[in-house]
This record gives sequence, C-alpha cells and structure tokens, in this order.
Amino acid sequence: MAALLELTGAMLLVVGAFFLLLGGLGLVRMPDLFNRIQAGTKTTTLGTVLSLLGVALMEPQWGWKLLLIALFILFTNPISAQVLARSAHRTGEAKSCKTVVDRLEEDQQA
Amino acid sequence: MVELLLSLAALLIGVALLFALYRFVRGPSPADRVVAFDVMTIIAVTAIALIALLEGRGIYLDVALVYALLSFLGVIVIARYLERGL
Amino acid sequence: MTKARQAGPLFGALLLVWILLHGSLQWQVVVVGVVVAAMIALLFSGAATPLHGFRRTQAGLRAAFGYLGYFFVELVRANLKLAVIILSPSLPIRPGIVKVRTRLTNPVARLLLANSITLTPGTLSVALEGEWLYVHWVTVVSDEVEEATAEIVAGFERYLEVMYG
Repeated sequence: MAALLELTGAMLLVVGAFFLLLGGLGLVRMPDLFNRIQAGTKTTTLGTVLSLLGVALMEPQWGWKLLLIALFILFTNPISAQVLARSAHRTGEAKSCKTVVDRLEEDQQA
Repeated sequence: MVELLLSLAALLIGVALLFALYRFVRGPSPADRVVAFDVMTIIAVTAIALIALLEGRGIYLDVALVYALLSFLGVIVIARYLERGL
Repeated sequence: MTKARQAGPLFGALLLVWILLHGSLQWQVVVVGVVVAAMIALLFSGAATPLHGFRRTQAGLRAAFGYLGYFFVELVRANLKLAVIILSPSLPIRPGIVKVRTRLTNPVARLLLANSITLTPGTLSVALEGEWLYVHWVTVVSDEVEEATAEIVAGFERYLEVMYG
C-alpha cells in the first residue's frame, strides 16, 4: 500500500514537472506578453499543485503545509498575472500581429 | 522505479527553469522579464519541495512558502512600478 | 459586537492558516493561534477574506462544492488545451481582448470570478471596470459581448451568484 502511494506520488510529480516544462516552453514560443502570461500562469499553477500533491502522497505527514502552499499559489498566481497584464496594457505593451481585436483599447480611446 | 521517476521530475524542472531563464534574459520588454521571473519562482517552489522530499527535511517547505510569498509581493510591486512609478 | 462579527471571517481564515502551518492540533498551538488571530482580526477588521459575504446556507455550501469541482475540471481542461497549442509546431493562436459582462456585485465574488477566468481555458482577465470585464483570449471565438459572456463568464457566475448572492 505504501509502495503504491509512493509510486503514484512520484508519477504525479513527473506529470506536474511536465506541465512546468510546458509553461517554460510556452514562455519561449508565445509571440507577445499576454500570451506568455497565459502560458506561464495556467501551466505553472496546475504543475505546482500536482507536484505538491505528489510530494504529499510520498510524505503524508507534510500534507497540511503542502496544502497551505498549494492554496496560496492557487490564489496569488492568477492575481499577479492579472495585475501584470493590466499594467502592461496601460503602458502600451506591444501586441502580437496575430491579435484580432482589442476592445479595451477601443473603449479607452472612445 | 520511484528513484527513476524523481530523477526525471528533477530533470524536467531543470529544463523548465532554463526555458524561463531564456525569456528572462531575452526580454524584450521589462514586463516579459517579470513574467519570466514569476514563472521561475513558482518553478523554484516546486523544486524546493522536491529537494525537501529527497533530503527528507520538512523544514525546507517553510522556505518554499516564504519564497512563494515574496515572489507574489515582488511581482505586484514591480507591476505597480511599471505602471506609474513608485 | 458588530466589529466582532465583522472580524469573524478574518479570524477563521487566520486560524486556519496558523493550524495548517503547524500541521497539528495540540492545545498549545491552538491557544496561541486563537489569541494571535483574534488580535489581528480585531485590528484589521476591514480586510476582506474569501468568507466575506459568503451565504452560509445549505444552497451556498452546495454551490461552493459545485464551484470547486467545476473549477478543477476547467483548470485541467485549460492546461490540456494550452499544451496542445504550445506543442503544435504552427502555434495555432488567434489572440484578442474581448469585453464581457458580469452581474456580480460582491467584491470577493468578483475577485474569484476574475481569478477563475484567468485559470480557465485560454482566457486571462486584464481589467475589471464596473460590470465590464476585459478578457484576453488566446483563441477568440467571438468578440460579441453576449456570446463571449456565455462562453467565458456564465459557467462560474452560476455558482458564484448562489454563493455570494
């Protein structure tokens, strides 16, 4: 039973680390800041939560502290992404040429 | 088997850090660097948890928690600074 | 009395964080936690916590669990979708900032909505002004307000409306 938990935990860690890797790759590949924020925020949030769950399965006595870290990241990661996106938009951050529409800019000019 | 999986996870985390570091160095805008910094710290939190696991030291998790806290505050402060100065 | 009632949710949240941090329910830990949490909660009784304005009824609780389940399913979907985009060589994105409407007025509910949108498939909240929410979308499906609202906001709003009524 303990061995099975340990194996599941290690697998979750690998899956989480894979999502973190995707986040890094997204940062490199995406064409502009807003898409990079999207790639960076979502993948790292899930990746970290999965990895911490994996660690919790392998060391159950750390469960509460890991839960606290996971909750904190679930709350603050999107907030920092939004604050950064808003300030970048206000300062006129360049957008990718693929961008099809920007209602915020239209409304601000109106 | 478990050892192998943990090594694989450590490798993936290391490569992810390198990707984020590339964006941090390349930029081009300050905001891009802040995003890269944010991603790097979140990856580092996972890395610290993994190190705690490998070393068997629960106390390292406190480091991860404080690091997550500081990263959040840092990004908020830098975003405000970019928007209208301190 | 009203001040104590206002401080209640903050007290609960602080005590929870304290106990999670210690990971034990020994009486010394709990007593110190209660004292410190009560002092901070009374000093900063104006601070918001996720419990402010939460409707403490059975319907509210059921909606909270529904919200959590829906949120995690959406989080996983968001990541799989993004993984497909990042890993495909042609990088199939069609980014844009669209405008959506929200009916929520409770500040905590609006924060949770913006956060949830940021963590769900392809969307990132950029600005929140009054009832208008500007959302960056990696793959713009529609830039009509009503259609985009149905696509992005409706799923979460359904639960948050019941939770924070």
